[in-house]
Amino acid sequence: MTLAYVWYFVVLLAIICYAMLDGFDLGVGVLHLFARNDEERRIFLNSIGPVWDGNEVWLVIVGGTLFAGFPDVFATIFSSFYIPTMILLMGLIYRAVSIEFRSKETSTRWRQNWDIIFALGSFVIAFGVGVLLGNLVDGIPLDAEYNFVGSFWTFVKPFDLLVGVMTVALFAMHGAIYLVMKTEGELHDRIRTWVPRCIASFLILYIVVTLITLYRKPYMVDNMRDHPALFLIPLGTLVSILFVPYLMSKKRDGWAFLASCLSIALLISLVAAGTFPYIVRSSIDPQNNSLLISNSSASLLTLKILMIIVAIGVPLVLAYGFYIYRVFRGKVKLDESSY
Amino acid sequence: MDPLILSRIQFAMTSMFHYLYPPLSIGISLYLVFIEGMYLKTKDPLYLQMTKFWVKVFGLTFALGVATGLVQVFNFGTNWADYSRYVGDVFGSALGAEGIFAFFLEAGFFGLVLFGWNRVSPKVHYFATICVAIGAHFSAVWIVVANSWMQTPQGFKIVGTGAKTKAVVTNFWEMIFNPSSMDRLVHVLLGCWLTGLFLIISISAFYMLKNRHRDFAKKSMKVALALSCFVLILQLISADSTARGVAQNQPSKLAAMEGVYQTKKSTPMTLIGWVDRKSETVKGIKIPGLLSFFVYRNFTTPVEGFDNIPKDERPPIQPVFQAYHMMIYMWSAMVLGAFVGFFLLWRKKLEKSKWVLRFLIISVIFPQVANMSGWMTAEIGRQPWVVWKLLRTANGVSPNLVNSQVLGSLIMLFSIYVSLLLTFLFLLDRKIKQGPEEQKEVPLAYSKKLGAKG
Repeated sequence: MTLAYVWYFVVLLAIICYAMLDGFDLGVGVLHLFARNDEERRIFLNSIGPVWDGNEVWLVIVGGTLFAGFPDVFATIFSSFYIPTMILLMGLIYRAVSIEFRSKETSTRWRQNWDIIFALGSFVIAFGVGVLLGNLVDGIPLDAEYNFVGSFWTFVKPFDLLVGVMTVALFAMHGAIYLVMKTEGELHDRIRTWVPRCIASFLILYIVVTLITLYRKPYMVDNMRDHPALFLIPLGTLVSILFVPYLMSKKRDGWAFLASCLSIALLISLVAAGTFPYIVRSSIDPQNNSLLISNSSASLLTLKILMIIVAIGVPLVLAYGFYIYRVFRGKVKLDESSY
Repeated sequence: MDPLILSRIQFAMTSMFHYLYPPLSIGISLYLVFIEGMYLKTKDPLYLQMTKFWVKVFGLTFALGVATGLVQVFNFGTNWADYSRYVGDVFGSALGAEGIFAFFLEAGFFGLVLFGWNRVSPKVHYFATICVAIGAHFSAVWIVVANSWMQTPQGFKIVGTGAKTKAVVTNFWEMIFNPSSMDRLVHVLLGCWLTGLFLIISISAFYMLKNRHRDFAKKSMKVALALSCFVLILQLISADSTARGVAQNQPSKLAAMEGVYQTKKSTPMTLIGWVDRKSETVKGIKIPGLLSFFVYRNFTTPVEGFDNIPKDERPPIQPVFQAYHMMIYMWSAMVLGAFVGFFLLWRKKLEKSKWVLRFLIISVIFPQVANMSGWMTAEIGRQPWVVWKLLRTANGVSPNLVNSQVLGSLIMLFSIYVSLLLTFLFLLDRKIKQGPEEQKEVPLAYSKKLGAKG
């Protein structure tokens, strides 16, 4: 079923879009408490104000494309990751409402509380997404019916936590670059100094994670050994990351942001290149109990319907997505309709 | 309690909390299209003031709808894995379409509506408002279609055996236009419009009673009352059509709704009553033959009762019966409020009729209760099936759930939802008391463009 493989790339693309877009507003959230006063925090919030909910829809798309194209994967992942999913959902709920609620009241305590909830929610989501990714690389204990037979502690192995922290650093970097684009004056200069620190922390974590993967999870390089061209992906990731500080130093902030987007896209492709054609790897019996593209996809007709929906829908989504980003380009200015 | 019952409680709970918000968003979005259109047409700043006020309220309901809606999507995977495996092929495509066609439209353009006043021309802003409304309505379309497929499945075949059994689409359009989807979609959307309209009526009545924002209140009241009288009549027609569909497609649900135990000629309709499960009768006020008339358009043809339905395929009768009747009472209360209010407004007596205004203030909860009880009727009435005659609810639950985990998530979600609801009500209350900002002057950039282009 070649269409199932095509759909796999559609889901992958949805994940990449989610990470590139929600990545920066989650990053802004992670950095939120580092802003010094109410006005700065309002600038942070309003920099993502018009776009964050659209960005978050990509997560629904990831869920939807997975549910539709790979029902077994959807069912297995979320019933296995029961507690992590619930924690993630808690983060998503609180983050969504804190943006809307925060500036509705003027009292300092009200705003401080929602500030903390917003930052914490953003952190939990970024971290949780990373832990999920780590577990998909690791594999989880699945029996022959693709049911999970582990416990909560299965998910919190040191490797997964490390990937979680790395994701937070990555999104913080991404968010900081975005904020540099959206701010001006003293705040702008200050945020500019955050970027190198974020990049450095991410790079260190990335190297450690890569080394552990190479050493402990040799199956992740099987595909690359068979198709050496795939080595371009990790190489590209490293190059694009290193381009970020270079472009920042040249004050080409927009290009730096694009480089950051590219490195996120490549990083996710790297995970896919390592795990392909596995979607959920069974750590008990990878040969027989894993969910692969070929044994978990929906029927051919459904995949065809989905392709039509995507062929009509995605160009529209991209068109007005670009338009809205264009309308709100430039520095944030607070006015009476701001948060 | 086992994971099954806890998962059912959790899904019912999260659905009900979620469903407080989208109907408000859908109703208000349509109202926004109307009043912003009126502003562009008449240039009366009062309409702009109304639009800006309702955009803010929409923002609140929308954020809560998104936040609670995410839980709904992932709940299918976490607690209903076998259900997801079974229906994924059918249900998933509808859900995917919802995401791509509805959510992006709504979320994307809402940013423009909320923050775009000074950045785009009035016509573009209005276009964005229309897109938000379309998106909000689309989201209802796909989810109701998916749910209707669970009530009256069509356009599929069953493949596989044992744990690997699943439904697979054979005809997309048959699946979309299954026997109940159009009836139920209309019924749901009308319910959403009423929810929005009665919020507007309630707030306007409050301002009238307090003698504040008089022009704003009177204008809002007039529009909302007129529209709701019209929608309430449409809802009656839709309800009749929906119920006759239920009689045809899901007789056990209709039997539970009307408390019919014995199949007999001239089936009566109970106006108000209590089901006595021991004696298998319903005690209350009955009108002979009325149910036969509603279903078959004559007073004699018997309506199928529980005696024709195997014991293990009957839904719990009492909650379905009471929820269904509650929905009808709520409709009646709305009719009373809307028509009396409209009559008094027409005779220019409404502002002085304090008791009617008080009734209209509390009327905001009628459509909400009607929505809740309507969905309870639909979903409890479908039991013991999660997909009609194909999959029992008990067989849809995730096999690997741990009791303590589900209990934990249930308590967590419940506390979050209660706190969110309280915060929502607090902020809405504040927003209402604060009232619309007097629009002495139209924002400069906006008016310039309006002058230049309008």
